[in-house]
Amino acid sequence: MEQVLGNISLLFEFPVVNLKIIVDGVMVGALFALAAYGLALVWGVMNVKNLAQGDFVIAGGYVSWWLAGKGMPPLFGVPIAFIVLWGIGWVIYKLVITRVIERDLFTSLLATFGLAIMIAQILNLLFGSDTQSIQLEYDTLYFFDGFVDIPIAKLLGVLMAAVLATCVVIFMKTSRMGQAIRATAQDARAARVLGIDTEKVYAFTFSLNAAICGAAGAIIVMVWVIQPFYGIAYSIRAFVIVTAAGLGNLPGVISAGLGIGALEQYGAHIFGIGYQQAVAVLLLLLVLLVRLIQQRRMRQSLQ
Amino acid sequence: MTSIIDIQDVSKSYGGVVANAGVSMSVESGGITGLIGPNGSGKTTLFNSIVGYHPIDHGSIRFEGKEISKLPVQQIARLGLLRTFQQTRIYGAMNCVENMLISMPHRKMSFFDAFERNRSKDYERADVLLDFVGLYEKRFLRAGSLSFGQQKLLEFAMALMNEPTALLLDEPTAGINPTLINGLIDRLKRANTEFGITLFIIEHNMRVIMNMADKIYCLAHGRLLAEGTPEQIQNNQKVVDAYLGAH
Amino acid sequence: MNARQITLYTVLLAATLVAPFLFPDFRTQLATLWLMIIVALTWDMTGGQMGYNSLGNIFFYGTGMYVAAVIAIGLVYDVGEYTDAAGGGRFDFTDAQYFTGMLLGTIGAGIFCSMTAVVIGYLTFGLRGPYFAIGTLGVAIAAGELVSNWDWVGGGQGIALPVYPGDFDVGKLVFYYLFAGIGVVLFVFLKWLYSTRFGAAINAIRDDEAKAEAMGLHTLRYKLTTWAMAAFFVGMVGAISAFQLIHFEPLESAYQTINLGIFMVVCVLLGGKGTLWGPIVGAVLFHVFKEVTWNYLLGWQWVALGALIVITVVYFQDGLMGWLMHRKPEWFGIRVEEKTAGADR
Repeated sequence: MEQVLGNISLLFEFPVVNLKIIVDGVMVGALFALAAYGLALVWGVMNVKNLAQGDFVIAGGYVSWWLAGKGMPPLFGVPIAFIVLWGIGWVIYKLVITRVIERDLFTSLLATFGLAIMIAQILNLLFGSDTQSIQLEYDTLYFFDGFVDIPIAKLLGVLMAAVLATCVVIFMKTSRMGQAIRATAQDARAARVLGIDTEKVYAFTFSLNAAICGAAGAIIVMVWVIQPFYGIAYSIRAFVIVTAAGLGNLPGVISAGLGIGALEQYGAHIFGIGYQQAVAVLLLLLVLLVRLIQQRRMRQSLQ
Repeated sequence: MTSIIDIQDVSKSYGGVVANAGVSMSVESGGITGLIGPNGSGKTTLFNSIVGYHPIDHGSIRFEGKEISKLPVQQIARLGLLRTFQQTRIYGAMNCVENMLISMPHRKMSFFDAFERNRSKDYERADVLLDFVGLYEKRFLRAGSLSFGQQKLLEFAMALMNEPTALLLDEPTAGINPTLINGLIDRLKRANTEFGITLFIIEHNMRVIMNMADKIYCLAHGRLLAEGTPEQIQNNQKVVDAYLGAH
Repeated sequence: MNARQITLYTVLLAATLVAPFLFPDFRTQLATLWLMIIVALTWDMTGGQMGYNSLGNIFFYGTGMYVAAVIAIGLVYDVGEYTDAAGGGRFDFTDAQYFTGMLLGTIGAGIFCSMTAVVIGYLTFGLRGPYFAIGTLGVAIAAGELVSNWDWVGGGQGIALPVYPGDFDVGKLVFYYLFAGIGVVLFVFLKWLYSTRFGAAINAIRDDEAKAEAMGLHTLRYKLTTWAMAAFFVGMVGAISAFQLIHFEPLESAYQTINLGIFMVVCVLLGGKGTLWGPIVGAVLFHVFKEVTWNYLLGWQWVALGALIVITVVYFQDGLMGWLMHRKPEWFGIRVEEKTAGADR
C-alpha cells in the first residue's frame, strides 16, 4: 500500500512523469484505437463481435517478424501483413463467419472465441511462446532532461497507424464499396433490395478488418513485443474502446483508444506492472457499468 | 365516475422529434376507452409511457391514484396494469397452456410459491380462459406455430390470466381476418363486463372502436385533438380533417 | 415416474457406484468426467434454461478453490505464513484437520460463491446477450489477475494444500465419490427444479424477457436465485478440486477461462442447450473426445479444441438433444400439428 501511495506522490512531485506516462500511453493507445476501429466496422456491418481481433493483430505481427528474419526490410512488413491477413480473413469469413452472421449473437461470439483459441495455439506451435520483436536501429528523442523518451521507431509506428487509418476512412467515404458497406451497415435488407451484394460486402469488410489488424500487428512487432497469447488482451481493449465510444463514432474511438492507453500506463505506474492486465479488464467492467447506468436511465437494457 | 388512469400534461420527445406534447386524459374505471388518431400521432408512445417502457419528459401519470411515471415496467405490471403488444408477444417455444400458466399473477404469489408445481386449479383456470378465447382445442400446440390471429387471442388470454385491473390493448384487431373481428369484439366486451377489467384501446378500425367505447380520445401530431362519446367524435370536423388530411 | 424410467435411473445409479471399481485405472478421469457434468449442468441453468450465456462461471470455480483453501488452512495455521513458506517448512495436518478443513471449506466455498453471485449478478444482469458474456468473462479474468498479485493467498505461485492422508488410490476413490455424489444431487435437484413454476419462469425469461417483465415477473429475483444456485455447486466442486489437485495456481488452475471455463460451454452446446440430459451427454462426448485427442494429437490438441468449438457452434448449434428433438418430437411430448389450409378458427 505504501508502494501505491509512493507511486502516486511521485506523480505530484515530478509532473514530468505524468507527461511520460501519457506519451507512452498515447502511443500504444493509437494502435488499440486502430484495432478497435476494425472491430467496430465488423460489428456495425455484420453484427459480429469478433473476439479473435487481437489474434489477427498478433498474427500480422508474426508474418512481419518471420519475413524480417528472412532478410526483408521491416517496414515492408506492414503492407505485406496487410495483404496476408486480408487473405486469411477472407478464408475465415468464407469458412466460418458467413454461417454465423444470421444467428444469435452468442453464437458469433463463441465462434470467434474458438477461432481466437485456434489462432493463438497455431501461432504458439509455429513460433514458440517467447516474446518476439524486431529491433530497429533508430534513435530516441529525449525531452525534459531525459525524463520523457520517444523512440523514433515508436513515433514512426504511430504515424503509420495514422496514415493507415486515414486511408481507410477516405476509402469508406469516397469509394463505391465504402458506400455499399455503409449502406449495408444501416439496413442490410434494404441494401439487398437495392442490388448490393451483401455477401460480398460482408466478405470485404471482414477481410478489411483482418488486414487492418495485420498491419497494426506489423507495426506493434517493431515498436513493442508480440507473443502468441497476447491476443485476448488486445481483443478486450478493442471491446472496451468500442463499448465506450459507441459504433460509428470515429473521433470517439480515437480518443477512447488513446485514453485507455494512458489509463493503463497510469495503472501500471501506480499499482505495478503486474497489474497491467488487471487494469485493462477492470476498465472493461467499468465501461460496461457506466453504459448500463446510462441505459437504465432510459429504462433500456444493454444488448 | 372515478378515473383509474389519470394522464396529466404528458410530454415525450425522442431526439428532437416531439411524440407527445401536453397530453391529458383520464380512463374511466370499469369502462372501455378508445384512443384513435392518424399514423404517427403518438398513440403507441403514450401507451409505452403509461406502462413504463420509457420515462416521460414532463407530466404525471397516475394509476388508481398512485403516481407511476417513475416506475419500471415490472412494477407497473404488478400493480395490475397490463398491455398487449402491437406485434403480439407470446412465448413461442412453449405450448398454449404453459403460456397461460406462466402468466399467473406473480404479485399474488410469494417467493416460495415459485418452487411448487402448478396446481390443478391453475390448469383449470387456464383451460377456462383458453376456451373463452376459443383456443381450447389447440391448447397443446407450440405457441410459435399458431397463426397470427390465434397468437393475438393467446396474448389476450394470457393477459386475462394475470387478473389485471386495467388492460391497454394496442390495435387488437390489426391483422385479423375480418370475419373473426366480431368474435374478438364480443370477447373484449365480455372481459370488460364479466371480469370487470377496464379497457383502454388503440384502434384504427373505426367500426370496432365506435361500437365498443364509452369515450374516445383523438390524438394528432402528438397533441390531444378531441374527446367525447363515439357520436361526438364521429361528428367532429377536426377529427375528420385529421384523418383525411393526413393522406 | 413409470417403470421404464425407474429401471433406467436405477441402472445409471448402479453404474455410477461401481464404475471406479470396474475401471480402477481411470478413477481420476471418471472424477473429472463428473466435474465436467456438474459445471455443464450449472452453466446450462443460466445459459440454456434462462438465456444468459455466461463466459465467467469459472469465476466461482476459482473462488471456491481459494475460499476452501483459506478456510482449511486458516483453521490450523496463519494463512499468510503458510503461503509465504510456499511449500517449504513443516506444516502438518492431522487426519481430522484435513477432513474437517475439506468439509467446512467446501460448504464455505459454496455459500461464499452464492453470495458473490448475488452481488455480481446485481451489477451484471442488466447486461444482455454478448455484453453479459463479455462482462462475466471480464470478471473471471480480472479475478485471476488480481489474485495473482495478492500475496496473502500465495500470489502467482498459488497455494499448496496438504496431500490426502492415507492410501493414494483410496484417495482417488474418495474424490470420485465426492464429485459423483454432488453430481447426482445436482441432477435430482435440477430435475425437480425444472418441473416447478421456477423452471417455467426462467424459460420465459429466456424466450422473451421483455414480455416476462411486462407480465409482472420478478425477473431480477429469478436471475439472481438461479445464478446463486449454480454458483453454490460450482463453488463446491472448485473446493474439492483444490484438494484433489493439491497445488493450484490462480490463472492456470483456478480461474482458467480458456480451459474449463470454455469447456463447460462446449459440453452444453454439444449435448443440447436447455435440456436436462443435454449437458450430461455433451460432457461425456466432450470428455471422451478430449481424452482421445490429447494423447494422439500431441501438440495440436488446443487447435483441435478450438476447431471443435467452432464446428460445434456453426454446425451443431442445437446439440445432440436438439437434433433428437427435431427427429423424434414424440419422445419429448412435443405435439406438432399438420398445417391444413385455411385452418383459422
